[in-house]
Amino acid sequence: MTEPATTPDAGRTSLESLSVESATIVSQPSVWQRVRRNTSVRIGGLILLVLVAVAVAAPWLGTVDPSLFDPVSRDLLPGQTGEITTLDGDTLEHRFIMGSDSFGRDVYSRVIYGTRVSLIVGLATAIVAVAFGVLFGLLSGFIRWLDGPLMRFMDGLMAIPAILIAIALVAMWRGTLPTVVIAIAIPEIPRVTRLVRSMVLTIREEPYVEAAVSMGTPTPLIMWRHILPNTVAPLIVQATFICASGILVEAILSFLGVGLPPDIPTWGNVMAEGRAQFNQYPHNIFFPGLFLAVTVLAVNILGDGLRDTLDPKMAKRG
Amino acid sequence: MLKFLARRLLATIPVLLIVSVLVFLVLRLTPGDPAAVLAGDAASIDQIAKIRQGLGLDKSVPEQFFIWFSRMLTGDLGESYYYKTEVTTLIGQRLEPTLSLALITITIAVLIAVPLGVLAAWRFGSWLDRALMSFSVLGFSIPVFVLAYMLIWLVSLKLGWLPVQGYKPLAEGVGGWLYQLILPSLTLSVIYIALIARVTRASVLETLGEDYIRTARAKGLPETKVLMRHALANAAVPIITVIGIGIALLIGGVVVTESVYAIPGLGRLTVDAVLARDFPTIQGVILFFSVVYVLVNLLIDLSYVFFDPRIRY
Repeated sequence: MTEPATTPDAGRTSLESLSVESATIVSQPSVWQRVRRNTSVRIGGLILLVLVAVAVAAPWLGTVDPSLFDPVSRDLLPGQTGEITTLDGDTLEHRFIMGSDSFGRDVYSRVIYGTRVSLIVGLATAIVAVAFGVLFGLLSGFIRWLDGPLMRFMDGLMAIPAILIAIALVAMWRGTLPTVVIAIAIPEIPRVTRLVRSMVLTIREEPYVEAAVSMGTPTPLIMWRHILPNTVAPLIVQATFICASGILVEAILSFLGVGLPPDIPTWGNVMAEGRAQFNQYPHNIFFPGLFLAVTVLAVNILGDGLRDTLDPKMAKRG
Repeated sequence: MLKFLARRLLATIPVLLIVSVLVFLVLRLTPGDPAAVLAGDAASIDQIAKIRQGLGLDKSVPEQFFIWFSRMLTGDLGESYYYKTEVTTLIGQRLEPTLSLALITITIAVLIAVPLGVLAAWRFGSWLDRALMSFSVLGFSIPVFVLAYMLIWLVSLKLGWLPVQGYKPLAEGVGGWLYQLILPSLTLSVIYIALIARVTRASVLETLGEDYIRTARAKGLPETKVLMRHALANAAVPIITVIGIGIALLIGGVVVTESVYAIPGLGRLTVDAVLARDFPTIQGVILFFSVVYVLVNLLIDLSYVFFDPRIRY
């Protein structure tokens, strides 16, 4: 924090601080500092960093190839030792920390590798939804004749429950990583569009935008220079929540058997395989479920912290 | 009021129209030939062509939409590829379990969330408030199927208090019906409780700062009366609104909950239809859920008059 009095040009700053706005700018820590000091951001961010590290380091965390199976090692309880056959045909002694599924695959390896899929899906969903939301929001806010039709279309899209859109789209396209990401992102686009559009409509009335318009600045340049920077903070907050729901919806789709193909190790797929034998072997559901809940929780906590620091107006609404 | 009602009803028409276009496109933009899916693997090319003609698939896409749309308006959603019955009949058969599950869930959620939210606002900053806020973040984050299995494991398998799965129709007695639905409804209500409690707290917190609350306290009104008559009554509109918006969440939850608890409702029907690539059923169910969602929110808009006499349409 820099106190106004200690800065070299203290006289100028104290004059400026007569106006309320500049006073708050001078006396408060920068946005980035506030974000870093926020407890929620720290906790959520720390858990996420650990999860990212787990995802990156998956091969070195005592895992085996998650697609390996061994009929001898079926339905092992957590902690039991069994054998696993590698692709070369060698048989390895392996300790199944989280037990094994009904094919004799290592649940621990599948859950650890599943972290990769979940994080990628969450991040990709957020990026896709925000990218399209920004595009449509800007178009809607700047091009008058497009505004009405585009927003009615978004209203219609919002009237269909998100998970049903995702399920229907995946059913249409069959589950691959890109299709699942797009299917989950599409129902999130209207909310981002609305957010960007409302910000465009507000910012467009600002004197500096009017000045830019009157100087003949082309519209795309105005959008890029003056409008977009103002939308960054609320969009980061929104993107975090979209990321959380993306991870959740992907797991739901896989769990219901309509998501990614069952041979890809995702938390939802591991749980789907564990369903039939849940009574005897609940570990197939509990371990991936725990990872899933902790991940979504971490992203949501991070989002809450970001919202409180980056977007105070939204924070007040509760 | 009547003028507003007419305007509001008219405004839902374009939304529903777009919904039906989107739903229609889900079927028609599918890679692969629905007629081939319908005919099965052993069908000859002639048979497939005949089925295609029967479905009207040889016509242009706008024409197909018009036929489908006008049939839909008369309540004809087509025939299920998989079940070989009318989709409307199918939806009718599956309606009771889903409606029961949804109504019990909303009842549980409102009964728990509203008092909790009021208490948290009343004791703002206390341990109760902080506990509730933490619970609400947790409630948003725990996936409904993970929670479902945790509850099945604890309540049904370990304690043996409630049945693991299944459904008993209301016609076979209220007792058995309720007994089967308690656990699924509890599971599903958690996320709803988190949502409603959060909004109740924020909304009541805002009204508690108003002058009339100070007046009510100053004239010696008991605190419960201040909270119920003045704070909660004035905070009702946002709470009612969020219950309506939450219907979308509830529908998503129903799909998952019914799958876990083996309840033969619309959610299960959706998943089964998707797995069987039974497109008329998928279309019908999505259309049904969306119309319900839009209409519930319309009703909620209208109910503002009842909850807040200041609002006049």
